[in-house]
Amino acid sequence: MPRRIVIGIRGIGHRVIDSVWRLGRASRFFMLMLLKSTTSLRRFNLVIREIYFTGVLSLIIIVVSGLFVGMVLGLQGYETLQKYGSESAVGTLVALSLVRELGPVVAALLFASRAGSAITAEIGLMKATEQLAAMEMMAVDPIARVVAPRFWAGVISMPFLAAMFSTVGIFGGYLVTVVLIGVDEGSFWSQMQNTVDFRYDIVNGVIKTCVFGVAVTAIAVFEGYDAPPTAEGVSGATTRTVVTSSLAILGLDFILTAFMFRGMS
Amino acid sequence: MTSETLVEINDLNFSYGRHAILKGINMTMPRGKVIAIMGGSGCGKTTLLRLIGGAVAPSSGYVKIAGQVVHELSRDELFQMRRKMSMLFQFGALFTDLSVFDNVAFQMREHTNLPESLIRDLVLMKLNAVGLRGAHKLMPAELSGGMARRVALARSIALDPLLIMYDEPFTGLDPISLSVIGNLIRRLTDALGMTSIVVTHDVQESLKIVDYVYFISEGVIAAHGTPTEVRESIAPFVHQFVHGEEDGPVPFHYPAESYASDLRLRSSFA
Repeated sequence: MPRRIVIGIRGIGHRVIDSVWRLGRASRFFMLMLLKSTTSLRRFNLVIREIYFTGVLSLIIIVVSGLFVGMVLGLQGYETLQKYGSESAVGTLVALSLVRELGPVVAALLFASRAGSAITAEIGLMKATEQLAAMEMMAVDPIARVVAPRFWAGVISMPFLAAMFSTVGIFGGYLVTVVLIGVDEGSFWSQMQNTVDFRYDIVNGVIKTCVFGVAVTAIAVFEGYDAPPTAEGVSGATTRTVVTSSLAILGLDFILTAFMFRGMS
Repeated sequence: MTSETLVEINDLNFSYGRHAILKGINMTMPRGKVIAIMGGSGCGKTTLLRLIGGAVAPSSGYVKIAGQVVHELSRDELFQMRRKMSMLFQFGALFTDLSVFDNVAFQMREHTNLPESLIRDLVLMKLNAVGLRGAHKLMPAELSGGMARRVALARSIALDPLLIMYDEPFTGLDPISLSVIGNLIRRLTDALGMTSIVVTHDVQESLKIVDYVYFISEGVIAAHGTPTEVRESIAPFVHQFVHGEEDGPVPFHYPAESYASDLRLRSSFA
């Protein structure tokens, strides 16, 4: 029995040490990537190519999800607000929910599952098939040539995707509440315009999306680069990207919201 | 081996933790020759290539290429040196998101300022040398194993290197592709005047094309010589390896307790 306890404690110790090592490797990798980003920024066509794969190809899932989330928000908002005779405020509810929270958070979660996992799998497979080693042997740094362009493409794409999500979501809310249910169109838009503040709501939402973009893409590229070069290694890394990114998004969202919106409005 | 030396390996040792992989390796590789490094799986052949390419540093000893000690170079200096060398990986390691043409053009675009029209001509010439000019628009997924290896060969000669390292270039190829790759290695080495280091355990194919052979066993050089010397060698290890004999200095059985005691037989039966 004591032997089992010793083995258990040793196992926990190993896991803690491994996690600390990994965190150290991730930090070092992130700093290296930032230092080597000059190549990406100088040869911006590399980043544009990746923006197409990570950003443009994520548009469909973002637009469709945004539309449905907006429609559900409209329905639920109308259902509750009409009890108090405030159904004209449904536009405000839809817009604020999307711009402050749902837009950045849900778009980032979708981005992590669609583009983050793809980035990890691609870099992991490039490692497993020795493409990164081949690049090193050709005197081309894989962090500068492969990793950094994907990172910056993700960081640039994320705010635009979240903006698209919120915009389409507001349109979805409009479709359900104004077109289908018959809420007054004038009050829907005017209440929204009066209540949504550019600096306080929209800029804070954009800041959130930028932070999420950095977090998701940094996790995705690190997991891919650090993946063991086997089929199991790459599949495990892809799963870790989605799980870690999702938890990071939700945790960061709470911290950012606490700093941005405490005790105001 | 009298011509000018390109690669010199002196008392090279390498260990993973406490496990010694290479123990006191000495080699000289002249310019313009094809050198084979042979040995069983896991004997340290690929590690030796990684040491020559500067991917790992030795525990002691050194690898010198064109007079420069590889592990003493800074990263920038190492990258400068790697522009003069190339490596053909076991399965080609072609960039799967780039076409055959772009794969071969990759280094030219990364390291030179050549105009695109000149790059086009050079790429087609390199592809023509390996017989795949007509396949320049294909993607790597559309190529057979042998074709992928030939494209990788065209990519590795893109900048006319001084040295090419081949890691198991014959693995998994049909007899025709095997012969094609073997002849290409020989022809390109002669035509470009470079040095080729072929790590392989394909004895028959490599003995046809190489100038000199080193055998590595358990981390040391077990034998070396020209292909003729190797074929005629009566050294037990070389004989077993060249003729593919099941038992010999490399035993069939992994070290174990006595068979009788493992089967719990009484001494009278053992």
